[in-house]
Amino acid sequence: MSLAALFFYLFAGVAVASAFMVIASRNPVHSVLFLILTFVNASGLFILIGAEYIAMLLIVVYVGAVAVLFLFVVMMLDVDFVELRQGFLQYLPVGVLVGFIFLAELVLVVGSWTFGAGVTGAVTSAAPEVSNAVAIGRVLYTDYVYFFQAAGFILLVAMIGAIVLTLRHKENVKRQSIPVQNARTKAMAIDVVKVPSGKGL
Amino acid sequence: MAIGLPHYLTVAAILFTLGTLGIFLNRKNVIVILMSVELILLAVNINLVAFSIFLGNIVGQVFALFVLTVAAAEAAIGLAILVVFYRNRGSIAVEDINTMKG
Repeated sequence: MSLAALFFYLFAGVAVASAFMVIASRNPVHSVLFLILTFVNASGLFILIGAEYIAMLLIVVYVGAVAVLFLFVVMMLDVDFVELRQGFLQYLPVGVLVGFIFLAELVLVVGSWTFGAGVTGAVTSAAPEVSNAVAIGRVLYTDYVYFFQAAGFILLVAMIGAIVLTLRHKENVKRQSIPVQNARTKAMAIDVVKVPSGKGL
Repeated sequence: MAIGLPHYLTVAAILFTLGTLGIFLNRKNVIVILMSVELILLAVNINLVAFSIFLGNIVGQVFALFVLTVAAAEAAIGLAILVVFYRNRGSIAVEDINTMKG
């Protein structure tokens, strides 16, 4: 067995095992950590196959942003997760049945598929003379530039949506209001009182 | 046996199945359901990248990039909705999410 095959089975095995632990572990924090392990191993698979750019993107976007977001939310919400696990065993038989049927169908499809002439047995680079990132950039910024911009808009909408959803205005918090400050006049600021001597206010 | 396209497709199929199984098993916990959706999207990405590499066509990886974008946006919005829902109802159980049922 070659070293590449050995690493493939290592990455694939750990990815599948940690994906199983994502759905099976009792503590959602452990689920998130196993999700991170799954993504790291999947990016190892991508590096093995020669898709370095997607692999690094998986590390940056998923492990660096999405998984940490999950971790924050899981730790921020004070939820009784044991109560949420009620019914796990109740749904287990039908879930395993559906999953097994689904997996059997997928494996049958993959196993009985005869690949066409375009599929080579080995890893083939689309543009062997440049690196993977350069090859993606050449296509992404020319043929798919509108899709690229649409992806940017999707991220912008997601950012604005997340801020709008979670922003709260508290009533009794003093804030600086610059127009009010600028509109202040002497009459609004001070009140001159004529105090009679010996009487006080 | 050399590692070829069927190996990667099998890994992706197993991950996809685990994702669907996770949605079935954790029907009360929205966070784990969202994580299962991420697993499913990861399986789809593995398929796209594997086909892209073994066909010698870079477009599959570009498409995987867009799937990644949508997945990130979906996670952000979903978790924001979850936080707002928890703030209003004090629970994230799926059966409590029926406010819009009418």
